[in-house]
Amino acid sequence: MNNSYFNRKFVIQGIFIAIALVIVARLFYIQVIDDKYLLSANNNVMRKKIIYPARGVILDRNGKVLVQNEPVYDIMVTPREVKDLDTLLLCDLLGIDTLDFNVRMKKAKAHSPYRASQFMKQVSSTVYAKFQEHLYKFRGFYPLNRTVRSYPDSIAAQFLGYIQEVNDRDIEKSSGFYRPGDYIGASGVERAYEELLRGKRGVENQMVDALNRPQGSFMEGKYDTLAVTGDGLVSSLDKDLQILAEKLMKNKLGSVVAIEPSTGEILSFVSSPSYNPNMMVGRELGNNYMKLLNDETKPMFIRPIQASYPPGSVFKVVSALTAQQAGVINDQTVFYCPGGYRYGGGRAIMRCTHVDGATGLVKSIKMSCNTYYGYVYAKMIDSRGMSGPKAYDLWKEALGKFGLGHKLGIDLPGEKPGLVPTSDFYTKRYGSGNWRSGFNISLSIGQGELGITPLQMANIMAIVANRGFYYRPHLIKGIGEKQIVKEEFTEKISAGVDAKYYEAVIEGMSQAVNQGGTGAASKIAGIEMCGKTGTVQNPHGENHAVFFAFAPRVNPKIAIAVFVENAGYGGTWAAPIASMMVEKYLKDTISLPKYIQDRIYNGNLMPKPKVKKEETIKKDSTKNNKPKAEPVRTALVDPKKQNESGILVHHSQVRRIHE
Amino acid sequence: MNNLQKKSFFGRIDWLTIGLWLALCLIGWFNIHAAVYDPENPGLFNLATNYGKQSIYIFTALIIGICILIIDSRFFISSAPIIYIVVILLLLAVLVVGRNVGGNQAWIPLGSFRLQPSEFGKLATCLLLAYYLSNQTNKNPNMKTLFIGICIVLFPVALVMLQPDTGSALAFFSLVFVFYREGYVSTGLLIIGGLAILLFVLALLINQWILIGCLALICGFFAFMMRKKRKNLINMAILFVVSSVYILCVDFAYEQILQPHQRNRIDIILGKMDDPKGQGYNLNQSMIAIGSGQLFGKGYLQGTQTKYNFVPEQSTDFIFCTVGEEWGFVGSVVLISIYVALLVRLVNIAERQRTAFARIYAYGVASILFFHFFINIGMTIGIVPVIGIPLPFISYGGSSLWSFTILLFILLRFDSARKGTAVGLI
Repeated sequence: MNNSYFNRKFVIQGIFIAIALVIVARLFYIQVIDDKYLLSANNNVMRKKIIYPARGVILDRNGKVLVQNEPVYDIMVTPREVKDLDTLLLCDLLGIDTLDFNVRMKKAKAHSPYRASQFMKQVSSTVYAKFQEHLYKFRGFYPLNRTVRSYPDSIAAQFLGYIQEVNDRDIEKSSGFYRPGDYIGASGVERAYEELLRGKRGVENQMVDALNRPQGSFMEGKYDTLAVTGDGLVSSLDKDLQILAEKLMKNKLGSVVAIEPSTGEILSFVSSPSYNPNMMVGRELGNNYMKLLNDETKPMFIRPIQASYPPGSVFKVVSALTAQQAGVINDQTVFYCPGGYRYGGGRAIMRCTHVDGATGLVKSIKMSCNTYYGYVYAKMIDSRGMSGPKAYDLWKEALGKFGLGHKLGIDLPGEKPGLVPTSDFYTKRYGSGNWRSGFNISLSIGQGELGITPLQMANIMAIVANRGFYYRPHLIKGIGEKQIVKEEFTEKISAGVDAKYYEAVIEGMSQAVNQGGTGAASKIAGIEMCGKTGTVQNPHGENHAVFFAFAPRVNPKIAIAVFVENAGYGGTWAAPIASMMVEKYLKDTISLPKYIQDRIYNGNLMPKPKVKKEETIKKDSTKNNKPKAEPVRTALVDPKKQNESGILVHHSQVRRIHE
Repeated sequence: MNNLQKKSFFGRIDWLTIGLWLALCLIGWFNIHAAVYDPENPGLFNLATNYGKQSIYIFTALIIGICILIIDSRFFISSAPIIYIVVILLLLAVLVVGRNVGGNQAWIPLGSFRLQPSEFGKLATCLLLAYYLSNQTNKNPNMKTLFIGICIVLFPVALVMLQPDTGSALAFFSLVFVFYREGYVSTGLLIIGGLAILLFVLALLINQWILIGCLALICGFFAFMMRKKRKNLINMAILFVVSSVYILCVDFAYEQILQPHQRNRIDIILGKMDDPKGQGYNLNQSMIAIGSGQLFGKGYLQGTQTKYNFVPEQSTDFIFCTVGEEWGFVGSVVLISIYVALLVRLVNIAERQRTAFARIYAYGVASILFFHFFINIGMTIGIVPVIGIPLPFISYGGSSLWSFTILLFILLRFDSARKGTAVGLI
């Protein structure tokens, strides 16, 4: 028995136990002390799957759909899982060729062989339906539900706006809300109400295995969140009225804005030319966007809030009201019109289209007498016992209360304030503060440096209809299920002119339409509509036609402004359009003679294609890409550039004013 | 005495060892189930799955165990050379007809099962080594016996290396404990061997000059403590010089002789290189699985890393990941304790044997189980290189379970017969 080495038993057992202790110590370190393995384990196994919420739907005031969501499908592929693929069938179903297939596959592989990446974006539901039948044959491919916007009637493009994929700046600004591939409202209501419409993304914490195959939810969905659909919006638009307005404005440049005076809700909002909002959806967005951007008629330009024009004769309504409030005239004031207003010591004349003779306030509106308003303006500026600039400032303040010269605060991005120049502007121009009404008399009839947006015009009508106040014009009258109205749109805003001063003006406007005045072309049987025409001087082509009105006279339901560029006389084009709109809205019929209707529907007032193309191109390159004959620009008022562009009419140039 | 013997045949079996064996088998079974768990096919006895098969393996292992306990223990002694020869033939055969699995030509297909002769090689080697060493007439260890003993071990090692299955081959080197216990290797040699391995690892891990500096401090400290004897001072000086040269040699070998991919493998295991998706993927995932178990584990069938295949070979070589992930530190310590209990028990059993054969064999069993236990768990937690060897009784696989069971039960058979044999046979 060789037992002399018996004690070595303890050495061997000692080694066994020592090694076991080393292992235990190591385990204690990696399992109990060091947390990094737990974190790595969760990283390994957890994939956050984003659930995209549906964007809020937008309805019109009667609950008809303006924008809805249409399901589309992103086809995803995990390259590693693709096996025994019938490439030809797949290509056939998705409408691509094998070359395209290879490019897409390569891209997906480059992204990651194990992770799913987008194979094809926004496949329509019709294509997808066929694809889905064969989906089981395409291992490694799966669909991801997305939605795109869809516009059933293809109307109100500029109002609704469009959505596009977020760019880096959006992502940065949102402090983490947006991720690449998300959509964001880029213009119109989509942008203004982005935060309500977009809803809330949901997250599903999925567990995946080593090959990134989903294996069910993490912790039984304890940390998952549901996607919350975006708030629905109810627009103030009347869809039928909008369709009619867009039809009427077809092939014309200009705007139609109709407001419900008692609420400030916009019933119709047309910027012409428009475009089909369905163009700005899906895979063709980029191309179509460039097309629209390069279109000379500027379909992306939101004329009702971005184009500001001298208002022309419609401005006389404001003049009459502010002058009464200022106490320089009253409804009995009579001025004699010899066919023009002489000023500057009689050396200059602002002509009237007719010789109106002795003219009272009502008649001055009905006949749109320039002379009368020359006197009114002169009284406003010269006869108030103060210097010209000071009186002018008071007048400007009064105009401000009518919503002129500043943004009205409509719920659309990109609103322009229009322009009422400051007294300093004239003081600077004339070198001293000694200027009087004669220096800028054309303001009296809505010409000169004044710039007013069609929205502001419509709002003036709303003020008159309400006899002295307005609500901020807005396009969304209800948010979400509770139909919440934004607080700022329920605030009654005074226009600064007492109600008693309105009747004479309204009487004049009523006579203008109903008793053979300037707006006779808009007369509607059975409705007492009160309106005022205007024709805006355009030194670069045909004058712009303006008409604004409200109806009925008692308890008005609609205030409307129609602005048609290059249409000439206001009564010919703008008045009938307004008439049809009002009648349609109030009585749901149109009684205007068919031939007039057809003339409007078929009228084409689009600018003629330029003949001297070469010259234009030259100008484009030298002059900051602003073709002079471009109609929108002519309407823009910017006094700083007025000498350079020469598009404004100085009062001394006013020789021939219609009406 | 004869009466007592007959009456208490079962009483003489070491039930503690059998209990530990059974515990390990069942732990293995449950963890294999967890490792390949499929919620759609939850049955524990589904024969198409690894855990279903393992249940059969455990059952057959039990039957084999009972058979062994019934067989006369002398059979194993007398047939040791024959078993050795048969296994050597099998190891040769596997080189010719073997099936290549995972780069190793280690399997002989037998119907639906595959036989891995190298697993049985350890058994045969232990038996023959015990047979040879216990039959030495010269009671004092001598070089000739040691040489032949080493040859008995190296012959199967060479054949296994040819497969090539380095992991299994390395397991044979654990038999150094047998030689140590029998006096063929001195304690000093064992310490030097251990130190050599330790220094080898440190040399790769730490800058060689810093290491030599540290070594100088330690040697200086011990020399100072033992300064009374001149001999100690000289020994310390020699130790220091030899170690320093050794460290420099290791470094030179590492830099100049090893191929880059070999260096990579060593670097990863030593934590000098971070390479989670490449060579270190297995180790990294394995440590993530175990580390994420934390103190109490994620619970049975709740492990995500193993269940979703992040860990490779999770029911065989990396089965400990499932234990670590689902049962946490506490569960791991329980498992390790069972192993340590088994190993200590085996050594105690060895020492109570009355025959040299049984004792040597028992040490052989303990050494091999220890090596597997240390290397397998060590590799999953990154303290030894990734060497593909199973965790005894736990890892999935018939060959491995059976061969370890046979190994163990033959020992139990010797143990149960020790009184009888002690009196009657020798």
